[in-house]
Amino acid sequence: MKAAVISFPGSNCDDDLVHAIRDVVGECAVKVPATATTLAGFDLVLVPGGFSYGDYLRSGAIAKFAPVMAALKQFAQAGGYVLGICNGFQILTEVGLLPGALQWNTSLQFICEPEPLVVANADTAFSSRYEAGQTITLPIAHGEGNYYADPATLAEIEANHQVVFRYAHNPNGSLNDIAGLTNVAGNVLGMMPHPERAVEQLIFGTDGLGVFESLVEATKEGVYAEN
Amino acid sequence: MLKTELSSAQIKTEKPYRQWGLTDAEYDRFAEKLGRLPNLTEIGLASGMWSEHCAYKYSKPVLKTFWTKNDRVLMGPGEGAGVIAIGEGKAVVFKAESHNHPSAVEPYQGAATGVGGIIRDIFSIGAKPVAILDSLAFGYPDNAHTKQLIDQVVAGIGDYGNAIGIPTVGGETKFASTYAQNPLVNAMCVGVMDESAIQRGKAAGTGNSLLYVGAKTGRDGINGASFASAEFSTEEEANRSAVQVGDPFMEKLLVDACLEVTRDHQEALVGMQDMGAAGLVSSTVEMADKAGYGMVLDLDLVPQREPNMTPFEIMLSESQERMMLCVKAGREDEVSAVFKQYDLDAVVIGHVTDDGRYRLLQHGETVCDVPVSLLTDDAPVYHQQGVKPQRLAHPAPDFVPVVTDAGATLKTLLADPNVADKTSLYRRYDAQVQTNTIVGPGGDAAVIRVRGTHRALALTTDSNGRYLALDPEIGGAITVAEAARNLVATGAEPIGITDCLNYGDPTKPEQFYSLQESAKGIVAATKALNTPVISGNVSLYNETNGEAIDPTPMIGMVGLIEDLSTITTPRFKAAGDLIYLLGETGSDFNGSLLQQVETSTVAGQLRPLDLKREQDIQRTVLSAIRQHLVSAAHDISDGGLAVALTEMTFHTGIGAQVKVAMPAAQLFSETQSRFLVTIPQDQQAAFETLAGAAATLIGKTGGPQLVALAEDGRIDEPISTLQTVWEESLPCLLK
Repeated sequence: MKAAVISFPGSNCDDDLVHAIRDVVGECAVKVPATATTLAGFDLVLVPGGFSYGDYLRSGAIAKFAPVMAALKQFAQAGGYVLGICNGFQILTEVGLLPGALQWNTSLQFICEPEPLVVANADTAFSSRYEAGQTITLPIAHGEGNYYADPATLAEIEANHQVVFRYAHNPNGSLNDIAGLTNVAGNVLGMMPHPERAVEQLIFGTDGLGVFESLVEATKEGVYAEN
Repeated sequence: MLKTELSSAQIKTEKPYRQWGLTDAEYDRFAEKLGRLPNLTEIGLASGMWSEHCAYKYSKPVLKTFWTKNDRVLMGPGEGAGVIAIGEGKAVVFKAESHNHPSAVEPYQGAATGVGGIIRDIFSIGAKPVAILDSLAFGYPDNAHTKQLIDQVVAGIGDYGNAIGIPTVGGETKFASTYAQNPLVNAMCVGVMDESAIQRGKAAGTGNSLLYVGAKTGRDGINGASFASAEFSTEEEANRSAVQVGDPFMEKLLVDACLEVTRDHQEALVGMQDMGAAGLVSSTVEMADKAGYGMVLDLDLVPQREPNMTPFEIMLSESQERMMLCVKAGREDEVSAVFKQYDLDAVVIGHVTDDGRYRLLQHGETVCDVPVSLLTDDAPVYHQQGVKPQRLAHPAPDFVPVVTDAGATLKTLLADPNVADKTSLYRRYDAQVQTNTIVGPGGDAAVIRVRGTHRALALTTDSNGRYLALDPEIGGAITVAEAARNLVATGAEPIGITDCLNYGDPTKPEQFYSLQESAKGIVAATKALNTPVISGNVSLYNETNGEAIDPTPMIGMVGLIEDLSTITTPRFKAAGDLIYLLGETGSDFNGSLLQQVETSTVAGQLRPLDLKREQDIQRTVLSAIRQHLVSAAHDISDGGLAVALTEMTFHTGIGAQVKVAMPAAQLFSETQSRFLVTIPQDQQAAFETLAGAAATLIGKTGGPQLVALAEDGRIDEPISTLQTVWEESLPCLLK
């Protein structure tokens, strides 16, 4: 698997993703600057956590205009696997690759804590290594993770089984306890919890490893081979 | 505020320097050494450079007594931060800084920029910042003002650290009425680097360039160093222009760019320094001074955010997120290109000279021409004589608590905000980014792994103004010892210290006495525990309307773990483990949390700390942990044995039954040099052989209750109840 990690000015989980994929999972991962104009040749594109461009206007609002965005949209529309984590999830909703939006947590505070999640759909490229209904624990660390979509969109999301992870104890007010969901096609996933922070026993345990191992398997299958 | 039109002669008569903290005698000293009357810019620079914050004019004689060197120390005090070797070619860099005054006036920005400033100190050495800790002290959260202060300080620290991507892994939050008007906001940053890549803040080599990088200079935080070196009065709350505004996004770019320069362009770089207190003047003067050179700066070239700034404003602005680099002549473009890549300003504003003079030009005119040494070595040093305060000369009789219901007393202490669960505060900090956090907030100390090695670092911040209030010397020693105990309990060997010395006005002999005496205690303890002081700062003048805080040295300590399998936490691991108490328990209630809770004050005399015994107990615990005999370890501090034992049950579902040969009241005694450890039964013999008489078997883990039988009373409570009391207290108090 060859993964690209998009590094925006202000991204701060890009190195952690590279570490998780390269040093722990043992696959190839490289950082790609936000000025890049192509993502050709990669099996997977990751949009990392952090505070892109300071997130000063609204999370992801400035990242939306980064030069790499055209390439990202093209990559996703061609069926390439895209995983946005935390700020990455916010960016993917901002550019319209995923439905809905992330609002301020209901507490209006940043929250960093271990969060139990229920795997709602194990039949995706991002979650095949988990069992449906399984509970895993991943860290969250965000101020704006309160998922919102209008009722019609939400109904559609549920009807299409797009929700992949749900909070067991909703920490931020997300509708339907949504912690992570895919697009309709199933090749783009956004999630607020950080799987890359849970890949080593010593650090947080290994509950997040399944996301990356699922992707290794998916990219091996060659479902998506060219772009 | 500024009368730019004042002539040198008018300055002498109108004395505008007084409002910047300079005395008439200091003005005379400056003029005499200069050999003429200084102009407004020159005397303005002196007010910043001769402030306590920059010149340590009152604290220097005390700081000189600190023990700062052992065979591990690679760089001690005097640079941006200290450096200690940790093996495998790596070094740890750390420093703490106070932002008490700015946080009192503007808590969010005050706290945020405190974090920003200490981070710059770390990467100015060439180290990657890997962890932040805080040490906060507030009044009791029983009023809206304090609650708001707590909320905003925590938000400021969190928003800065979270955005920049450095985990806030630990710290402490204390509550006592002494801090109600004068909160303490101390932040510590820890970095890791290759031993071979240490940078120093120096500007050497005639003709080499001074490269200004980062944010533009504005009119914020002007003369903040002098502001921090003066007492507060209520009217001065209006002094907001002396507080800076932080931009963590800019700082993230600055960290990445500066580390790229130190990594890839080391040959082109002569030195690098943060523009912190007293901004542009202090960074450049210190760089010239350390190298023994002079410099000339053209102020027209300084990137400015606002028009018509005077030399005084440009030089003393404390705008954040700025660095000063000295770059070899001819290699400026190569270094500037790195910053341009991050969209950061990088401008050559002057060069190094060989004449030892500090010259500033604006609009083609010389606006300052003074010897560098006049701003540094020639700053006054005051040798104050401390006078023992009356209350210490005649201590109150020993506090004798009456404990009729030990279970109720325990619950009172668990609900006190000093002991209560701080999750609601620290969960606002990202503690995991960088994915090195092995033990996060809430334990005795945080533990982070060191990438590229098989080692880990344990980190803690500690302070205890209650003890210092009763005896500064003993209290100082206890603060160091307690920090070391926190590290030892995680399995780490303490290796060094940074400090923030938070005290009252040093010109008052009784306040100076506290500083001087506590230094004695700190020095003795650091020597006994082999933890040299490698960096730190002083925050004097922590007074409001003439009332000083309890003397509160904050000790930030770092420990080394060479075997990751020995990392230990305070929580019980299994039912059936044996519980041992190490150390002896006496009636130490003076200065205890129990005394503060029951009487709303502290009084009486402290028993001296036996440093030999402290050393022995710590060695025993560390050896037992290193031999894999220990399943959980916890030091005994606030609230004594009963509180420590209860804390070991939290989130485990495992209770304990212990029996102790002491009166029930002593369950809450704060006798020093004690630990609790649990030992799996199959390690009993090995542990008892190792610990000998130092350890007393007091019981076993297991069951749903915490049962502690004392001679004349008992605790018998469900652990779930105790945990609820502990968890629910602070969120409720802060509502």
